Amino acid sequence: MQQVDNETPKKKFDFKQIISKMGTVIALLILVLVVTIANPGFLQPDNLLNLLRQTSINAIIAFGMTFVILTGGIDLSVGSILAFTGAVTASTIGSGTPAWLAILFGLLLGALFGCLNGFIIAYGKAAAFIATLATMTIFRGATYVFTDGNPISSNALNNSFLFQYVGRGYLFGIPFPIIIMVVAFLIWFVVLNKTAFGRKTYALGGNERAAFVAGVNTNKTTILIYTISGLMASLAGMILTSRLSSAQPDAGTSYEMDAIAAVVLGGTSLAGGKGRITGTLVGALIIGTLNNGMNLLGISSFYQQIVKGVVILIAVLLDRKKNKA
Amino acid sequence: MKVELKNISKSFGENHVLEGVDLTVEPGEVHSLVGENGAGKSTLMNIFTGLLKSDGGEILVDGKAVHYSGPLDAEQHGISFIHQEMNNFAEMSVVDNMFLSKELRTKFGLMDQKTMIKQANHYLGELGSNIDVLAPIGSLTVGNQQMIEIAKSLMTNAKVIIMDEPTAALTGNEIKQLFEVVNKLRAKGVSFIYISHRMEEIFKIADRVTVMRDGVSVATYKVADVAMKQLVHDMVGRDIGSFYPDRNPKIGKVALEAKHLKENGVFDDINFEVHDGEILGFSGLMGAGRTEIMRAIFGIDKLTSGEILLDGKKVSIHTPEQAIRHNIGFLTEDRKDEGLILEDSIYNNIALPSIEGFKKHGLIDDKTIDDFVKMLMKRLTVKAMGADVSAGSLSGGNQQKVVLAKWVGSGARVLILDEPTRGVDVGAKREIYELMNELTDRNVAIIMISSDLPEVLSMSDRIAVVYEGRITGVVDAKGATQDMVMTLATGGTVNATSR
Ligand SMILES: Nc1ncnc2c1ncn2[C@@H]1O[C@H](COP(=O)(O)OP(=O)(O)OP(=O)(O)O)[C@@H](O)[C@H]1O
Ligand SMILES: [Mg+2]
Repeated sequence: MQQVDNETPKKKFDFKQIISKMGTVIALLILVLVVTIANPGFLQPDNLLNLLRQTSINAIIAFGMTFVILTGGIDLSVGSILAFTGAVTASTIGSGTPAWLAILFGLLLGALFGCLNGFIIAYGKAAAFIATLATMTIFRGATYVFTDGNPISSNALNNSFLFQYVGRGYLFGIPFPIIIMVVAFLIWFVVLNKTAFGRKTYALGGNERAAFVAGVNTNKTTILIYTISGLMASLAGMILTSRLSSAQPDAGTSYEMDAIAAVVLGGTSLAGGKGRITGTLVGALIIGTLNNGMNLLGISSFYQQIVKGVVILIAVLLDRKKNKA
Repeated sequence: MKVELKNISKSFGENHVLEGVDLTVEPGEVHSLVGENGAGKSTLMNIFTGLLKSDGGEILVDGKAVHYSGPLDAEQHGISFIHQEMNNFAEMSVVDNMFLSKELRTKFGLMDQKTMIKQANHYLGELGSNIDVLAPIGSLTVGNQQMIEIAKSLMTNAKVIIMDEPTAALTGNEIKQLFEVVNKLRAKGVSFIYISHRMEEIFKIADRVTVMRDGVSVATYKVADVAMKQLVHDMVGRDIGSFYPDRNPKIGKVALEAKHLKENGVFDDINFEVHDGEILGFSGLMGAGRTEIMRAIFGIDKLTSGEILLDGKKVSIHTPEQAIRHNIGFLTEDRKDEGLILEDSIYNNIALPSIEGFKKHGLIDDKTIDDFVKMLMKRLTVKAMGADVSAGSLSGGNQQKVVLAKWVGSGARVLILDEPTRGVDVGAKREIYELMNELTDRNVAIIMISSDLPEVLSMSDRIAVVYEGRITGVVDAKGATQDMVMTLATGGTVNATSR
């Protein structure tokens, strides 16, 4: 037993602890190894860039989802927000609005929808699962009403350099969505680890009552967190719409599941209070590698789903075991 | 039944918590276990009851070594553990809690509610208690919940009952009741291991006492043959002088004034003031409304009407966030649910109320927080492996110190302390009192709710007594007696009211 001094006791090299901390990274490396052995083409720079670009949309949604899950909540409405904001931005550009303005509008709309989720959950004291299940349905329905069930595309959309650049451009030879993903990661990493808001997020998930008594404005924090999630969903919506050069009314369906899976694979506890955004990035990469690898190996998409489910299950079970020990 | 613990050792990683502890309990004996916070008392009992595995040593029951594969095994050997923090299902009835996972069934496999109720009443009756066994357990007082725990032990035919700080949340009367029950069962040959930080209780109830320090058992005495001073010396490793330091208050202007505070059905017409540099004690029976008054002032609960003035100016406080902005701090009595985020680090727990003050260009300054947290941990002698371990892994008393540290660190000018020394060892109590003196020397106004009468009388400058939601009197602590306070606390009147 030691009294706390100004020096923390020296930690011995602890193999077990390293394994448990780096578990997801190790899983990713093993996965990469397996896929590479099966098909060395996997490591081609073109394929790796392709993989990262495919991952970016899920990762961006999952960053927002990380905040939500850290508070012990969940956001099922992200896929619908993605679709609706994508459709609105595409149609606004189609009607002659400058692309930057339309994109800004789409992002604000996403943030607003997220804010609405947060408002219902904070002040309505509704369970996040039920509240966002309801808004997921509402936002999806609104998308179908808005688009009349048809894809939105136009010459204006195809000719807007800025809008095309979002999903299809390259910066220094790197696809632009990857750049967006990295920048978003850095921003949210700093927010989560280096700001008072980040600490409050953890506190809220750890023990809401204790956080409240310690002066955390729990309602405001909750609303902000769902706003972030909505904003990230609409950002993903911009990228997807740009890549496809059209807004699909059923875009983003079941994207919430991949985002939740990335967060959980990354080691964030669904009970809240514990987790890291770095883990989420790794989790998203694992899912991306699985998808990309199985495509390379020519595995049918039916089997792909089974494999993905099994991998998530294994990861979660391993995580439970780790927490118990 | 005689039990012996021999040379028990246990480590959590590099933290060597027990290093060869011996303890022998004779049949029909009340054996007290004392020691500083973090000495390893609860850990030893967790090993004794199979909740934790020891790294070495053996447990003998009537001379035979026993090995556990789980907590139910200990029960089978007649050993039962009433924990420091009780874990009940608040919404479930008393009888359902008592028979949880031991439900009786009829021959058709359905629950035999009738027999269960009969048995529950029988065991509670044996303890002289007439609790309604169909009431939800959360609606009962802590004292009654404890009676139920004891009844549960009897149900499993316990021969050794372990009680870990059973009186920490009990009123004087409830303590009396508990001791009567203990004496009754002792006469029937049941033995007790009784852990407490309240020295006077040990002399009242125990036959023998074992002192633990830093994971070893340092001495065992017959209570009749030992002085309190010796026990304290063995625990702390030095003499601490008197329990209470002298108070030389320099009382300034009114810091906080409460006017006609009312919360429907809870308290009414509450008027008091506390001055800079003053300690205002709040006494009263459990449930009198002391805690509720403070919760409303701090913005956790809603006031129906009334005014709060800080430095003579009216303020409106609806949330703890606003209270903290007005430099009020509040150490809640419930540290598990409202005081701490158990899974989070000591570091984050202490920094949370002050976090806004550590911003530099919008980002928090880890280095400064680190120094701040370490300074507070040192000042309050928090015993931990580091600032980054989880608050939940600390011993009960050290958790209390962490909560205190976070409020002292918040820089409050009016500090409300609800049972500040609950579960804290004698040495640390003295340190907390000294800290309170130091704070009032720096002009902080302290409101201290406490059920420990000697503590209230020794540390307060004035004492407000609450009875059924009203203040029945405010007396000067100088010249106040226990009788006087108890009279007011039970609705009587005395004529020595002050200011
Ligand atoms: N699960 C755990 N993981 C890590 N450390 C632990 C764990 N449980 C207890 N400890 C450590 O063991 C030591 C002894 O704790 P224990 O709870 O036995 O003390 P105690 O004598 O009961 O103190 P108190 O009087 O404050 O209740 C403490 O330093 C505590 O931090
Ligand atoms: Mg203990």
